[in-house]
Amino acid sequence: MTDATKSPSVPQGGSILSSGLDDVLEPSPGSLMRKRVFGHTGLVIGGGVLLIIFLMAVLAPVISPGDPYDQDLSRKLIPPIWHDSDKVTWDHPLGTDLLGRDYMTRLFYGARISLLIGFAAMLISGVIGTTLGVLAGYFGGKVDMVVNFIITTRLSMPVVLVALAVVSLVGSSLTVVIWVLGLLIWDRFAVVMRSATQQVRGLDFVAAAQSLGCSTRRIILSEIMPNIANHLIVIATIEMAHAILLEAALSFLGLGVQPPDPSWGLMIAEAKGMIFFDAWTITIPGIALFALVLSINLLGDGMRDVTAPENRN
Amino acid sequence: MSEVVLEARDITRKFMISSGFMRAKRPLHAVNGVNLKLHRGEVLALVGESGCGKTTLAKMLLGLLPPSSGSLELDGQPLASLSHLDVARIVQPIFQDPYSSLNPRKTIGNIISLPLVAQGDKDPASWRQRAEEIMELVGLPRRVYNNFPSQLSGGQRQRVAIARALINRPRVVICDEPTSALDVSVQSQILNLLQDLRQELGLTYLMISHNLAVVEHMATRIAVMYLGRVVEEGDAETVYNSPRHPYTKALLGSVLTPDPNLGVPDTHLGAAYPNPLDMPSGCTFHPRCAQAMPSCTSEVPLPVPTGSGHVECNLYEEEQDKMRMTS
Repeated sequence: MTDATKSPSVPQGGSILSSGLDDVLEPSPGSLMRKRVFGHTGLVIGGGVLLIIFLMAVLAPVISPGDPYDQDLSRKLIPPIWHDSDKVTWDHPLGTDLLGRDYMTRLFYGARISLLIGFAAMLISGVIGTTLGVLAGYFGGKVDMVVNFIITTRLSMPVVLVALAVVSLVGSSLTVVIWVLGLLIWDRFAVVMRSATQQVRGLDFVAAAQSLGCSTRRIILSEIMPNIANHLIVIATIEMAHAILLEAALSFLGLGVQPPDPSWGLMIAEAKGMIFFDAWTITIPGIALFALVLSINLLGDGMRDVTAPENRN
Repeated sequence: MSEVVLEARDITRKFMISSGFMRAKRPLHAVNGVNLKLHRGEVLALVGESGCGKTTLAKMLLGLLPPSSGSLELDGQPLASLSHLDVARIVQPIFQDPYSSLNPRKTIGNIISLPLVAQGDKDPASWRQRAEEIMELVGLPRRVYNNFPSQLSGGQRQRVAIARALINRPRVVICDEPTSALDVSVQSQILNLLQDLRQELGLTYLMISHNLAVVEHMATRIAVMYLGRVVEEGDAETVYNSPRHPYTKALLGSVLTPDPNLGVPDTHLGAAYPNPLDMPSGCTFHPRCAQAMPSCTSEVPLPVPTGSGHVECNLYEEEQDKMRMTS
């Protein structure tokens, strides 16, 4: 007793089990989370690569060797520095394109467009798809029928064709591309969120919350959403990667981002004539696109693993 | 007898079942005219085999499912006139499976104080204190406050579910098989906890169970359900020691004995449970009844009052008729 009264950290009225030992026995949730995050190889690699690309995009004006729009036809098609050629120069570490613009600079600025389109389209489609899916899964019955009809209608439309048609009618700009993609790729969100909600909805804790008198809004937001969030994260990353690839495809077809804006898809499109002579013009943006999409997918996969409740121990 | 806290009068719940393309939906009577009275402080056990409508009845009593007909009263007020929050203050459930009744994404503290949040309790500062009080009452160590359900054992989880149900001090607790998902060694702990809490907080239990040993241990009254109707009801002792309905007799006869030489008891019930979409005529129990009479196929038995409750069986109706004729 004397010990207990002396020690200031002992909570009042605690039993032996709960006195003072709490701090010792229990690692904080934060440190447990950190340990799980850094113990996951895929998550670390994906997050790392994505962070690098993100920094490239944000710091583009600072770290770029030149200006993305600066043309210099006398210095066109300089190969990257690892090439065995006398034209190679450290002024253009990744070389220059057909119009003599610095390739590294265009790559950095292109990352901005890819990330912006991927993120914004994912956000728009995520809001639409999650709302529809969760409502259908929670309420079922007629709501489910209506949502299913909308999903089926959407699935029967070929994305690229509709995007091409809309873009060529409305005219092409970054905003148009973002909205067109956002309004077209919500189907996977809706389908997955619907089935995940249906699964969670049948569990007893939802019935318990209902019999506690919780409002439907509270049940959906605080009981169901946290339990389907890991599915949401995975779909969000897949759709972000999907949107980035679609943007590249649209730009490649000439209906996405318009030149002279730098976009990785556009860079590939502009370089396609040189594929047999200067293959690096296509390889470099291609690898960048590949790395971005792969890192987003790795990150999503890792986040799902780390946040899954089965992993809590 | 003490006051009635919950009363069901002739409640029925139909579900419309579609029987195929372009065919009319058919009604399934999950609960078919049930009368129940719960008196303050008693433990009413609701027994019956799977599919007889126990869970549907419990959902109606919790206000989660509106009855198709009949009326429900809580504390003398009709349930339909009460808001969800009012109902939640009076009746609370404890579910069968503590692995699915706790949100795996929330901490124990959040789960237990959810009723306070839902009721819009004005004093968030007292939530933790009230949660810890109830945790102590149900025998949970305080250190699990910040843990997640997956870090707890089955028995501890069920204690969390009990704490959540009791934090707002309801008057009636509906326990849907509160122990059947637990280890045998933990079952008795939970049952004793429920008994202690009943005395301490003056609770009334409606206990749904398959397990007749649990029923014998806990119940003060027993109601036996068969195909959506309460076929026998009465004091636990009376029903247990001198069951009157053939179905009750068969249920009690099905309890396994510890002696392996006696084998599995023969209940005469057969394996077939009647299709609730196509109920037998007359007494719904007659195809499985060992004491069925020719009249059972056509005559629907009416409730016959017994000393402490009622029984619905043609055997006793005739008895009653005879008594009436002789007197």
